[in-house]
This record gives sequence, C-alpha cells and structure tokens, in this order.
Amino acid sequence: MHPAISVIFFTVTSGAGFGLMTMIGLGFPMHEGLVAAFLSCLLGGGLAVAGLLSSTFHLGHPERAWRALSQWRSSWLSREGVIAIVTLLIFAAYALIWMFTGERIAPLGWAVAAGSLLTVYATSMIYAQLKTVPNWHSKLTPLCYLFFSVTSGLLLAGMIGKAAFILGLPTPTIIVVALGIAWVIKSVWWRRADTIGFSDTGSDTGTATGLGHLGKVKLLEKPHTGENYLTREMVHQIGRKHALKLRAIAYILGGIVPVIMCTIALFAAPVFFLAIAAVSMLIGLFAERWLFFAEAKHAVSLYY
Amino acid sequence: MTLLPAQTDKKLGLVIDLDICVGCHACVVNCKEWNTGGYGAPLGDIEAYGDNPSGAWLNRIHTFEVTPEDAPAQIVHFPKSCLHCDDAPCVTVCPTGASYKRGEDGIVLVDESMCIGCGLCAWACPYGAREMDPVENVMKKCTLCVDRIYNDNLPEIDRTPACVRTCPANARHFGDFADPNSNVSKMTRERGGFDLMPEMGTKPVNQYLPPRPKSRPEETIEIAPAFVPKADEGLLGWLDRALEKLG
Repeated sequence: MHPAISVIFFTVTSGAGFGLMTMIGLGFPMHEGLVAAFLSCLLGGGLAVAGLLSSTFHLGHPERAWRALSQWRSSWLSREGVIAIVTLLIFAAYALIWMFTGERIAPLGWAVAAGSLLTVYATSMIYAQLKTVPNWHSKLTPLCYLFFSVTSGLLLAGMIGKAAFILGLPTPTIIVVALGIAWVIKSVWWRRADTIGFSDTGSDTGTATGLGHLGKVKLLEKPHTGENYLTREMVHQIGRKHALKLRAIAYILGGIVPVIMCTIALFAAPVFFLAIAAVSMLIGLFAERWLFFAEAKHAVSLYY
Repeated sequence: MTLLPAQTDKKLGLVIDLDICVGCHACVVNCKEWNTGGYGAPLGDIEAYGDNPSGAWLNRIHTFEVTPEDAPAQIVHFPKSCLHCDDAPCVTVCPTGASYKRGEDGIVLVDESMCIGCGLCAWACPYGAREMDPVENVMKKCTLCVDRIYNDNLPEIDRTPACVRTCPANARHFGDFADPNSNVSKMTRERGGFDLMPEMGTKPVNQYLPPRPKSRPEETIEIAPAFVPKADEGLLGWLDRALEKLG
C-alpha cells in the first residue's frame, strides 16, 4: 500500500496525543498552576488535533470532511471522527476546569481516557477491518496501535509530569516495561505479517480470475501501459525496498534508544533524557508506520 | 446511507463470457466515452497526450496466460469492472454516505457531491473496481450505466450498459439475476457461471462464464474432417500405388 506521509504523521502524532490525554485523564501527577495545566493539556490535545488535521490533507475534498461524521453506524472511519471530537470536547472542559479551579475532576478524566483509547482503537480498526489487506486484518493491529499510543503517552507524561514513582516503581522503569510490551507485540505482528501472504483467505491469481482449475494463471498483459490509481495506491512496491533497514531503525530509535535514555534518567536529569527518549520514539514510530503501509499487500495485486 | 439494504428487489448485473472475449478493449473505450459525458463528473485524465498518461477508467481488460500441467498454454482475456456485490465492503466503510447500494435494483453508486476522496472504499474492494478521478478528486466506479438502462430518450436497444451494447463478440450480457428466468440467470446456470474471489465474502452479483474446454491434440476429434485427401485415382493414385509396392 502507498505510504502517504499525511496518514503516517496522523497515526503516530494523534496516537501520542491521545496517549498523553489518557494519562492526564487517569490522573497522572502533573505540575500545578494555570500555566502548567495549560501547557500539559496543549501538548496532549495539540498532538491529537495536529494529527487529525494532517489526516484531512490526503483527502480529495478536505472541505467536505465534516460529512465523515455521519456514517458511524457502519464505518470505522466515521466512528473515529465522532469519538475523537467528543473526546476532545470533554478534554477541553476538563482542561478549562483544571486551569481555572486547579481541580482535576476524576469522572471527566476517566471519560477522556476511555474516549482517547476508543479513538485509537477506531483508527486501528480502519485498517484491521480490511480483509483485502491480510497484514492488517488481525486483532494484533489494534493491540499495536493501543500499546504504542499508551506508551508514547506515558513517555510524554513522564517527561512533563512530576511523578517520580508510579505503582511503586520509578517512572522511567514503568516506561521501559511499557516499551518492552509494545515492541514485543509489534514483533509478533511482524512475524505474522512476514508469513501470512494471502493464506488467511486462500486467495491467489487462480481465485481472483476463477481460472485456477484450468492450470497455472499468470498475467500476460496489463490492461494499461502505464501506472494507474490502483497500481500507485495498492500495488506500491518501492517502499518495501529498504524494509529490513527500516525495521532496524524502528527498533533502535523506537525501542532501544528510549530504553537507554530511560535508564540514564533514573540517575540524572530525568526531564532532559525522557525528552530525548520521546523524540527518538516518535521518529522510530514514523519508520514503523511507514512499513505498516509500504509492506502491506492488497488483494488487487493478484490481478497484476 | 452506507448500511447495505437487507435485500434488493432486482439484482441487476453483468455476465462476462471468458470463452468469447477477444480482448479488443471496445467495451473499455465505449465505457470511457459514455461515462465521460453522462452520470457525474467526466472521467478525468492527466497527461492524456504526454509522456506518462494516466486516468480513471471503470472497466479494464487484463490478459492472462493459463498453463495446464499437460497441455499448451491458453490465453484468456479478462474484462473487469464493478461486480455490484450484495455484501459490498466498499459501501459500509464509506464515512460520508456517498457510497450506497440501491434497494430497488442493487446497483452500487457514488454520490460525487458527498465524496471526500478518502479512498477507503477502493482499499476495501478486492477487485480494484474503484478508481479516484485525478481531476475531480472523487471516487469513480461503474454505474451499470444507470443513465442508459432507464433512459426513455434512447431507443430500446440502447437501454443497456455501454460495454454490453458495444461488445462486437457478444461476450457481455446485462440482466436481472433475481429473476431465475432472465437471460443472465439461464446463462449462469447452463455454463457454470462463477464468482470472483468468493472467499472474500463479497457475494458479487456479476458472474463470469469459464472458457469452454479445449480439445487436446491426442484426443479423437468427433467432427468429420473438412478435407479427406484422396489418392486412389489419376496420376497421384498411380504414384501412391507404385510407391506402396516398392515396400
């Protein structure tokens, strides 16, 4: 599949933003005062909104994007939009009350956390629902999106918050555990993706043409001499060229560097080293998300 | 509304006969011609006369080579357009309601004024039946020539999809699959019509007829040979007998 930069930016950035909103909503200890509350909420909400806005850039008609809120009964893309907007509105109320009264209203916060996780789940289901793309069509896809979102949110919260300990463990240690879980799930996802092919539906050029019973089916002549929308969008192959290198970059920048930085943060300058960890992780996730699209094969490629 | 109708009164669609199609692309060209002037925005092209032409088409013909284990390869021309699936995944993923399946005749259409051009419907379709218009930035797909088949201004013979009307080999047929006595239902029954990628669970309405089995060289051919060489009279007859005698 064609890796559109706007969509890669959207899923990584809004994933991190909604992850941070989840942490704030769950009551992650933050600095007090109007300015601190404003900046904390601005980072979470800002990342989420920046991502959502970027996702409209790949639309043919961004001015009609509001129409996408109407079909929540059947469409995961529509559900994502609706849940995201409702969550951001609740978060705005939560942030304003926090800024001006100093009070963080817990039930509102829980609603923000639940809405944020549901938004990320809906994003992942846009891809996971597609039977035509076997790499994505798995329960592991929402798991990856949720764990990367929560982990990047936790890392950002650790950076801007004031919690030295969470659940009795030093905050950087908890972040390392979350990073570990997220990347183990992604490794399992990659292992499945490497072998799945079209085996879950049993599709091949034989079933695509219905001629498989006659013999070996092979494309002799394409319907068009140049590229078309289908080959550019769904039979995209250029992005796969550096797949192994990009995987290594994703693991190193997304996992190993943040783990090292968190370990150093246990001993010195936690804010500085957690900030490096966060930036590194987001860059690693861009590589991971690029591959999510570039490596995915679409059923229509069986006709080409 | 992107919820699918529980049932459609009619099931209009095409039968495509892979035994007959000669791969002339006349249906492709007539489809482009009609749909550039008819329903919705024109079918756009970019660099139509340049180095790298590209554009939106609703009907395309692939050509496949099929090689049996014990016989020479055969060529099958393979027209592909929207199959107007009963369980159309392109419709339910649409976030705006632009994509819909009509309850009265089962035709899957796009309301172009509502389409945001997100492309998710094209991702959901296993057949590659939808293409983004490069000029209008809205999704294009086969309309089953909805602006021809009900069009009283056209002579009755033309009230059929442009691809069917133009096919010089009669490889494409249009009809109602909900009626067991329609031409398309009968053809599908008699010739063993099949679904493309049934495992995708889309329940396509359009049906494909398989190529008829080829005769194999080593098999006895039932029909009488058109020309039996005669060598029992005249000079050739004498020569034949003389050579036989030589052993």
